[in-house]
Amino acid sequence: MKSPARLLTLAALAVAAIAAPLARAAEPIKIGEYASLTGKEAGFGQTSHHGVVLALEEINAAGGVLGRPLELAYEDNQTKSGESATAVKKLLSRDKVVALIGEVSSGRSLEAAPIAQAAKIPMIAPAATNPKVTQTGNYIFRVCFIDPFQGTVMAKFAKQDLKAKRVAVLSSVSNAYSLGLAKFFKETFVPAGGVIATEKNFSEGDKDFRAQLTAVKAANVDAIFVPSYYTEAALIARQARDLGITVPIFGGDGWEDEQLLSIGGDALNGCYYSTHFSAENTDPVVAKFVVKYKARWNNEVPGAFSALGYDAVYVLADAIKRAGTTDGPKLRDALAATKNFPGASGVTTLDKDRNASKAATIIAIKGGKQLFFKTVAP
Amino acid sequence: MTTQSESLNSQPSTLNFPLSEFLQQLLNGLSLGAIYALIALGYTMVYGVLRFINFAHSDVFMVGSFIGYYAGKHVPERTYWGGLLVLVVAMLGCALLGMLIERLCYRRLRGSATLNVLITAIGVSLLLEYSGQVFFGATPRTFPDIFPSTNFAFGSLVISSNQILVIVVATLLMVALQLIVYRTKIGTAMRAVSLNPKAAQLVGVNNDIVISFTFGLGSALAAAGGILYAINYPSIDPLMGVMPGLKAFVAAVLGGIGNIPGAALGGLLLGTVETFVNGSQWSTYKDAIAFAILIGILLFRPAGLLGKFTVEKV
Repeated sequence: MKSPARLLTLAALAVAAIAAPLARAAEPIKIGEYASLTGKEAGFGQTSHHGVVLALEEINAAGGVLGRPLELAYEDNQTKSGESATAVKKLLSRDKVVALIGEVSSGRSLEAAPIAQAAKIPMIAPAATNPKVTQTGNYIFRVCFIDPFQGTVMAKFAKQDLKAKRVAVLSSVSNAYSLGLAKFFKETFVPAGGVIATEKNFSEGDKDFRAQLTAVKAANVDAIFVPSYYTEAALIARQARDLGITVPIFGGDGWEDEQLLSIGGDALNGCYYSTHFSAENTDPVVAKFVVKYKARWNNEVPGAFSALGYDAVYVLADAIKRAGTTDGPKLRDALAATKNFPGASGVTTLDKDRNASKAATIIAIKGGKQLFFKTVAP
Repeated sequence: MTTQSESLNSQPSTLNFPLSEFLQQLLNGLSLGAIYALIALGYTMVYGVLRFINFAHSDVFMVGSFIGYYAGKHVPERTYWGGLLVLVVAMLGCALLGMLIERLCYRRLRGSATLNVLITAIGVSLLLEYSGQVFFGATPRTFPDIFPSTNFAFGSLVISSNQILVIVVATLLMVALQLIVYRTKIGTAMRAVSLNPKAAQLVGVNNDIVISFTFGLGSALAAAGGILYAINYPSIDPLMGVMPGLKAFVAAVLGGIGNIPGAALGGLLLGTVETFVNGSQWSTYKDAIAFAILIGILLFRPAGLLGKFTVEKV
């Protein structure tokens, strides 16, 4: 330790040790996002990602959070099962993110949730509606309504608006969202005097539904409930019309995507689905969001998942602000205390089960357009 | 689409429900099975000549529907000549692709262990799938309506023109294939190579040309299958070939691999069984039941339905 060179090194190290916390103060806060940016449900990932990026840019333009800018690290799970777990592990270990945003699909959120919970890193699902997602643990939150509510809304809608007595249910057996929504629909529809005339299943990635639909046709129903994602919903509508089934087909927020109409075309006229948001809503908060979103994303009209992705980031930023730190447990407590936080998809209050309760919007498809039908309050 | 619904409402059903439902399911099954059969023919032909399973075949099927997707944008929608043109373009494109794959990947492995060729086939399959994701993107595309489509109603039985098209085109192609194999010189050469490649060479058959032709023919059929599949299920993506390819492979084994009528029969049978299970209360177990039937048949007839120990292979 006598050589001057060594002393110099030591001194340099000491300076570095003191300076490091100062330098870190301006370091960005890293937020992780995993989404289905490509693959079968790319529409989900792309729209929510656009909402997330917009919110992040706005927050940074306004000076960031706790004097630090937000930085986004995102991973694509390619809509494949198994990939979300890998993506989240990567975000946690390589990028050392302080919180996670994702996913739109319940199945893929359920894959990532246990990993976030074990790492004690809060995760906010923008649009995973299956109740099981937040039941994974106390670090898992969502900013959307849950399927028991959505199922009730659609059951009442079928009964009152469609005046349907006999309904067929067509759900995907390999999809947590689809099975959950079908179950909650039945739980309200049957006690209300409705009849589930027939129930048929399919698997993710199936393209031929004629067999199931032929059986549905024979069951003579007033409407068909299809709690699936948009690709299947569109193909089901087309094949149903081909088989001469003219009754309305209706579903949940999984239908929300532009691809729905581009695949389904005219077959979807007279169909309905429930979702979280409508760009046609005249509420000033929504209108302002729509203008900003269109300006940022080349005139793309925001969908429900854009609004929810956007809100998820704002809810998180607000919690970091209130917590005064990005430390996992403290951030979790701050998130759990979120109350009456206004956003593009409505006001977010997280209940004791870490779920939000928001109004559902029902969209009617008429003349190849998705039109606002009505809003159902929680 | 409106005309048939009116006729449905105005005229009472002439068929009672169970029968008309049965006929409808049979029709659904046959149109699905016809596509399986077209793909199965490619597997079976290559197996007949080279004794190996060309796993890249299901991805040639995918490329076929993508060629159709791009070609379909350059012809007017909903016309028969436009649709047929797209079909021909896709078949030619895939025939070339099939011959190219054989020339670049399989030819130099000819004579080496079957396992090497098999692994190469899996490699080519993955190469096509993931190059497809790079070039076409992983997001599903909506296939254009290249053929005019109408529905015909007979009582409560509804037949869409696309279903008829699938069955007609598939039948014509299978008949054409049968004629090529049994009535032409190149077909005779194919059968000769299948029977004994060395002996065929000794009597002056150019094996390279025959094998190349076999790949071209099989790939063209896969392309036709791809177009017909995309017309009926108009959402296409680079991994779309995986499941139909697997089913078609099963169909080929079911009918007796290496046997052309067997592949057609296996395809139709598998499509029909799958459809009937799907329409029943056991729809959850669709694939399980379809494959259980396959295992059952193979237990009693290990060579497949039409396979014999002295089958006349392609």
